[in-house]
Amino acid sequence: MVQKSFHVIDETGIHARPATLLVQTAGKFNSDINLEYKEKKVNLKSIMGVMSLGIGGGSDITISAEGSDEQEALNAIEETLTKEGLAK
Amino acid sequence: MSAMLNGIAASNGIVIAKAYRLIEPDLTVSKKSIEGTEAELERLDNAVKKAQSELEAIREKVKVEQGEDKAAIFDAHILVLNDPELLGAVQEKVKSENINAEFAVREIADMFITMFEQMDNEYMKERAADIRDVTKRVISHLLDVQIPNPSMISEEVIVVAEDLTPSDTAQLNRDFVKGFTTDIGGRTSHSAIMARSLEIPAVVGTKQATGSIQNGDIIILDGLKGEVHINPTPELIEEYEKAAEAYAKQKLEWAKLVNEKTVTADGHHVELAANIGTPNDLSGVISNGGEAVGLYRTEFLYMGRENLPSEDEQFESYKAVLEGMEGKPVVVRTLDIGGDKELPYLDLPKEMNPFLGFRAIRLCLEEKDIFRTQLRALLRASVYGNLRIMFPMIATLDEFRAARAILEEEKAKLVQEGIQVSDSIQLGIMVEIPSTAVIADQFAKEVDFFSIGTNDLIQYTMAADRMNERVSYLYQPYNPAILRLVKMVIDAAHKEGKWAGMCGEMAGDELAIPLLVGLGLDEFSMSATSILRARSQIKTLSLTDMQELAEKALQMQTASQTVELVKEATAKK
Repeated sequence: MVQKSFHVIDETGIHARPATLLVQTAGKFNSDINLEYKEKKVNLKSIMGVMSLGIGGGSDITISAEGSDEQEALNAIEETLTKEGLAK
Repeated sequence: MSAMLNGIAASNGIVIAKAYRLIEPDLTVSKKSIEGTEAELERLDNAVKKAQSELEAIREKVKVEQGEDKAAIFDAHILVLNDPELLGAVQEKVKSENINAEFAVREIADMFITMFEQMDNEYMKERAADIRDVTKRVISHLLDVQIPNPSMISEEVIVVAEDLTPSDTAQLNRDFVKGFTTDIGGRTSHSAIMARSLEIPAVVGTKQATGSIQNGDIIILDGLKGEVHINPTPELIEEYEKAAEAYAKQKLEWAKLVNEKTVTADGHHVELAANIGTPNDLSGVISNGGEAVGLYRTEFLYMGRENLPSEDEQFESYKAVLEGMEGKPVVVRTLDIGGDKELPYLDLPKEMNPFLGFRAIRLCLEEKDIFRTQLRALLRASVYGNLRIMFPMIATLDEFRAARAILEEEKAKLVQEGIQVSDSIQLGIMVEIPSTAVIADQFAKEVDFFSIGTNDLIQYTMAADRMNERVSYLYQPYNPAILRLVKMVIDAAHKEGKWAGMCGEMAGDELAIPLLVGLGLDEFSMSATSILRARSQIKTLSLTDMQELAEKALQMQTASQTVELVKEATAKK
């Protein structure tokens, strides 16, 4: 399993469009991918799971991936997060 | 078998096309035990796949026709459809409880919908609607019933519906929808107004359109007489093809007046203006010889979307209309939301009496940020043409003054920011509340113009909800009470050297026009398609005769007496 923590810099947090992008990205991989926030863990391939967390600006989140393409998955998610100016 | 329905002629014209039912099907599901879970899961999987390809097709079509922005809504739908939490929970339920897939989908969907609706984040609440939409689609495939996809219409049709909401009409493709017919509604309901602005015929309030018309039936829609013929005989089709031709000829006759001024037989000029909803309506205004835009309903900018339009977005629309009119006056009404026009994303509480509630200027004076954004966009656009700003639903002078103060603040800010703003913007109000009509003399000292909104003025004066069919007999434009109010407003304006217009249905009404000319109305704003007919009518009227007629009408006792009077007087010509 690989994992990495991020700090959300977008002040509106992870909502609407960014959540859609993250879920779309995660959906491309076979690995199980999870997002952990405030001790709650959700499936990053579930739009409803991600949005139900209501992740605000300034939060710390951890993304973990486990499976055959875990490293590629984590890299792709990191790229989406940074490219969209969401987290670092 | 052929049959005929009678309704209200809401938008002129005649059209013959196939019926398209825009109706919510019955998606009731009941709980059933199943034999094999494998087969049931496969049935579920098939339904999800069908829903997926349907959504992808809609997304593609919306992208081509309405742009990436609108198409993105369907991305969210596709994600919800494939959501492992949602789908997994449904599969689990089918397996563990041995129940039918449609019931499992409904149960799980309801659970998520309740969860999302309870969140206090606006965005999350809206996701509940996505879940509802998507699961409805899956259930429809499981039940093997068709749900309508209006954005997928690809041949010429007449839309048949119980009623059409603003969001329904926003989805309709103008190239293919040739007419509407509905069960409920009247001349002033949203569907009727939309039909006139799209320049397609409509017959509303037929009571049984959805009950009598099947998908694919051939329909003759007669928007002149208010008749709907279902599967007509070849003879009747031929007759109507001739009638449609005759109507087209009449329109050509009127079209000769397109560049003429509107002048009575004895040389009195009045202005014929058009009511519009979007910059797209401008071509109709110009081709119908509109001398101005008398009412630009800006609420369409705010409807059929998920958030408020930005200042720049609004600016572009206002600028397009002002430039398109090439210096002719454009009266823009500030946001008139509430009543029968809702904005789901504002999440306003439901009211017992929305027409008497928190709407229009009342909302703008409370939600000042929304109002300021619109005013800034208008002020910035003002240098591109002849802008007139109008506040809706003004009930007191205090409201007008408060709204004007906000406008002036925004103007001062813009000037300070070095942005150019026109110095000759006229500022007026809609007169649609009796309290304002009664003291129009006081208002006339402070406003630059009045525009009488008769649809609401009649509803408020007669205390009769214009959406309620059972009291529709009280919608009486020719009632002497209404005529006297109209006269008070016009006289008050003239006394202060201001002008008075009218932007309700009454302004384009053939029976009302003689009276309004006689009462001295300066500007008549109507559906663009009524302008040429009105111009040809006004050319035959004499101002002095109409003044006499109006004097008599004011002394009538009932609306029907007034109608008789006008019919008699105009028949003599």
